[in-house]
Amino acid sequence: MTTVASIEASVWRGFVGERWRDRVDVRDFIQANYTPYEGGSAFLVGPTGRTLAVWRKVSALFPEERRKGILDVDPGTPSTITSHRPGFIDRERELIVGLQTDAPLRRAIMPNGGLRMVENGLKAYGYKADPFVTRVFGTYRKTHNDGVFDAYTPEMRAVRKAGIITGLPDAYGRGRIIGDYRRVALYGTARLIRAKRAERALLDERPSGADVIRDREELAEQIRALGELNEMATSYGCDVSRPAATAQEAVQWLYLGFLAAVKEQNGAAMSLGRTSTFLDVYLQRDLEEGSIDESRAQELIDDFVIKLRIVRFLRTPEYDALFSGDPTWVTESIGGIGADGRPLVTRTSFRFLQTLYNLGPAPEPNLTVLWSPRLPSGFKEFCAQASIDTSAVQYESDELMRPRTGDDTAIACCVSAMAVGKQMQFFGARVNLAKALLYAINGGRDEMSGEQIAPEAPALTGEYLEYKELSAAYDRMLDWLAATYVNTLNVIHYMHDKYAYERIEMALHDHPVHRFMACGIAGLSVAADSLSAVKYARVRVIRDSTGLAVDYETEGEWPAYGNNDDRADAIAIGLVESFMAKVREHPTYRNAEHTQSVLTITSNVVYGKHTGNTPDGRRAGQPFAPGANPMNGRDRHGVAASALSVAKLPYEQARDGISLTTTITPEGLGHDPVERAGNLVGILDAYVSSGGFHMNVNVLDRATLEDAMEHPEKYPELTIRVSGYAVNFVRLTREQQLDVISRTFHGAL
Amino acid sequence: MKTVTSGRIHSWDLSTGVDGPGTRFALFVNGCPLRCLYCANPDTWHMRDGREATVDEVMAEIDKYRAFVTTAGGGVTITGGEPLLQPAFTGAVLRRCKESGLHTALDTSGFLGARATDELLADTDLVLLDIKSFDIGTYRKLTGGELAPTLNFATRLDRLETPVWIRYVLVPGWTDDERAVAGLGAFLAGLRNVQRVDVLPFHKLGAHKYDALGIPFPLRDTPVPDPDLAARVRGQFREYGLRAL
Repeated sequence: MTTVASIEASVWRGFVGERWRDRVDVRDFIQANYTPYEGGSAFLVGPTGRTLAVWRKVSALFPEERRKGILDVDPGTPSTITSHRPGFIDRERELIVGLQTDAPLRRAIMPNGGLRMVENGLKAYGYKADPFVTRVFGTYRKTHNDGVFDAYTPEMRAVRKAGIITGLPDAYGRGRIIGDYRRVALYGTARLIRAKRAERALLDERPSGADVIRDREELAEQIRALGELNEMATSYGCDVSRPAATAQEAVQWLYLGFLAAVKEQNGAAMSLGRTSTFLDVYLQRDLEEGSIDESRAQELIDDFVIKLRIVRFLRTPEYDALFSGDPTWVTESIGGIGADGRPLVTRTSFRFLQTLYNLGPAPEPNLTVLWSPRLPSGFKEFCAQASIDTSAVQYESDELMRPRTGDDTAIACCVSAMAVGKQMQFFGARVNLAKALLYAINGGRDEMSGEQIAPEAPALTGEYLEYKELSAAYDRMLDWLAATYVNTLNVIHYMHDKYAYERIEMALHDHPVHRFMACGIAGLSVAADSLSAVKYARVRVIRDSTGLAVDYETEGEWPAYGNNDDRADAIAIGLVESFMAKVREHPTYRNAEHTQSVLTITSNVVYGKHTGNTPDGRRAGQPFAPGANPMNGRDRHGVAASALSVAKLPYEQARDGISLTTTITPEGLGHDPVERAGNLVGILDAYVSSGGFHMNVNVLDRATLEDAMEHPEKYPELTIRVSGYAVNFVRLTREQQLDVISRTFHGAL
Repeated sequence: MKTVTSGRIHSWDLSTGVDGPGTRFALFVNGCPLRCLYCANPDTWHMRDGREATVDEVMAEIDKYRAFVTTAGGGVTITGGEPLLQPAFTGAVLRRCKESGLHTALDTSGFLGARATDELLADTDLVLLDIKSFDIGTYRKLTGGELAPTLNFATRLDRLETPVWIRYVLVPGWTDDERAVAGLGAFLAGLRNVQRVDVLPFHKLGAHKYDALGIPFPLRDTPVPDPDLAARVRGQFREYGLRAL
């Protein structure tokens, strides 16, 4: 009989370091074994014929999928880790195997989040709901969605309906939880189950209070899920009970862990973590052992990325309209610097970016570079080149994250920093700060419907808005909003834990885990500019016959947020700080640590649609700027000024991330490719050095986008960064396309 | 000499890759002695249209970007308009920038090069020299001024060893003449301080400014150059060993 020790001696051959052997500690393994790479991109290779054959076979299905909305769905089998028979794209050629269902792009249903979402999704694409599923989830098995609405108060329903708190994960999977999928490769499930049992044993000694009982039940589910992962892997011929022995197995094991998660959870964001440098340890060992060459190393990453590109969920067209297309936020965090000062850049960091060339640009996986001015220059230049060529990369400040969440941080979704396997978040969508300002003016009545949504308060009645009076009313309105918001989120996450617990993702976390309550704000620039207009110009109120303020006339000039002008920027900073402080006043479910983001994803369009005229001159229905962006066209002094305004927002008061999306024309970066890459590196270095947190970089001109609107067939791969992730431009709604085109293009005149 | 404390400026902007190396604080001053037919900034022609700004005020604005532009491999560029129409103000800003360690660039037609003192040029790390044409007649018709002062200035910069980037706006029918381009190439090849030649395709993005000012845009019907023409002209400069972009 093979002993554990002899297996480990074989699969861990050549690895050094001790701590990670005795306990689950992937970071320690990486630090002890990785090979930093400080060179350039010259070693990279193109795609093999095999890679292209697999990619062509699956991408040939995309046009039909795009036309129909979804390619296919299995409406009768609620998805679990083990629910479907193995599926393949091209069994003979695939190096990395595993699909969510038995066929590529065939979607699964996940009714634990909510039956209605499933039924509406099926109906929208011409499928009938399965009577068995309806009976089970309508009669015997309560869903997360049912639970939430049982516990919502009338006020919570009202704020949701009015759209002042919106995008709440109360009818679908909350997502944004990153399992440490690397653990499957490094340790195998048998070892992970042992570790979970040990965690559970400690709980068994404690008195059975509600918290302990819940933890015990969750750990039991985690252990069960690891067993199911093993069973699913076996169906693909993989024995993940033991650690991976080769690079191919490491990629495969890691992917199977991720696959188990996306088979079980239709989370809003199903992020991958920080895998490239971990995988590099295995690729490097195989390269040194001579069992693979560079071409095979790249093939393994290409094949892995193909799988990540075809993760699909059944969602409703309304959901897709909110988030633009079909996003899954399979975010992979690349690069960064270690606590010891060594860059965490390896050849595999390059290989991930190289997939944008080998397979063509695509929005997923959501490639995220953890940027530091201290990154090796060859890597920085390759990132910039990839941004310029594909607009598919986003950047987040390693300098801000490392001191707070450590050097094994990965981004969940768009901008949420998590120590992998140690921290998770309760996703909380966002409140509409601009609408709240209008509520303050109108004494809690909604400016669109006239309904009383917030508790009745005196409306402002003067002909002109007075800054002091408005600020005070706004402050009180935000007090109410923060309280309602946190209480609503507590309901949602209580029920999500109860009815749609992320078993496998949490099995790949330590116990106990650190939780964040991730609140968020939208409409920051609209609110800040409106306050600036009131403070520095004169804003006259136009009211309808019921006394409702419905429009504003501004006399005089006022400074706008986004021009590195402290007068306006200070107002935006004040809003971020004040709302965070208000959120912190309210206890959270499971004592989660309060955070907030300044991020809208693409919902800035929908928020704008549901918000009336604002004192900054924005018209009713007009989109907000995305994330923390200045309002479109109001940042008049170029990308640096705009970025510096955003960089002033304090990360400490928005630990869930601050998102800036920029669009620069190619000419706006320089005359030739080398100069452009160098200048983009300079901008990123300067932005991060100035305290900037996140930057989406699009290098595009308006004419290209306009042509793509008219001739989508010519641009199937055109990828643009929106707020925290990337989308296929041609899959945006027309409204969203127009919004993108109306944004400020920083160019050369 | 009387210390100049203020000048007439149009605006400021942060730009990348167009006003010298890296990301730069570009100060646009008002007033220009030339009337180039393709001018994209007719709103900077007259000093009277600008606003009065003190050197301290300008420096306070620049200070807000000091760290950013320095990290981003850039600095400060004074452009316009014609910065040498206000040589004392321009010189004062360049001096203050230089003293504080910023990389400085001066974007000029060179027509008023004689007004630039050696001290001003000593405070200038890079001159972006716009040579509008190498044909005397064309230069006069295109700009309303003479070519000779610009060439004299170019020679002086060479003597002072001030690095120069040449800017050459390519306008079909005006500046695409092969002989004129060759003549300029030969002239530049004789200078040691020319680091590159930027061939800038004529564009009409400033047309709306003419409309707003109620003055005709003379080149409204002139086509923008096609990429082949730009490639030909860059190729011509390269034949003279110049780094043409």
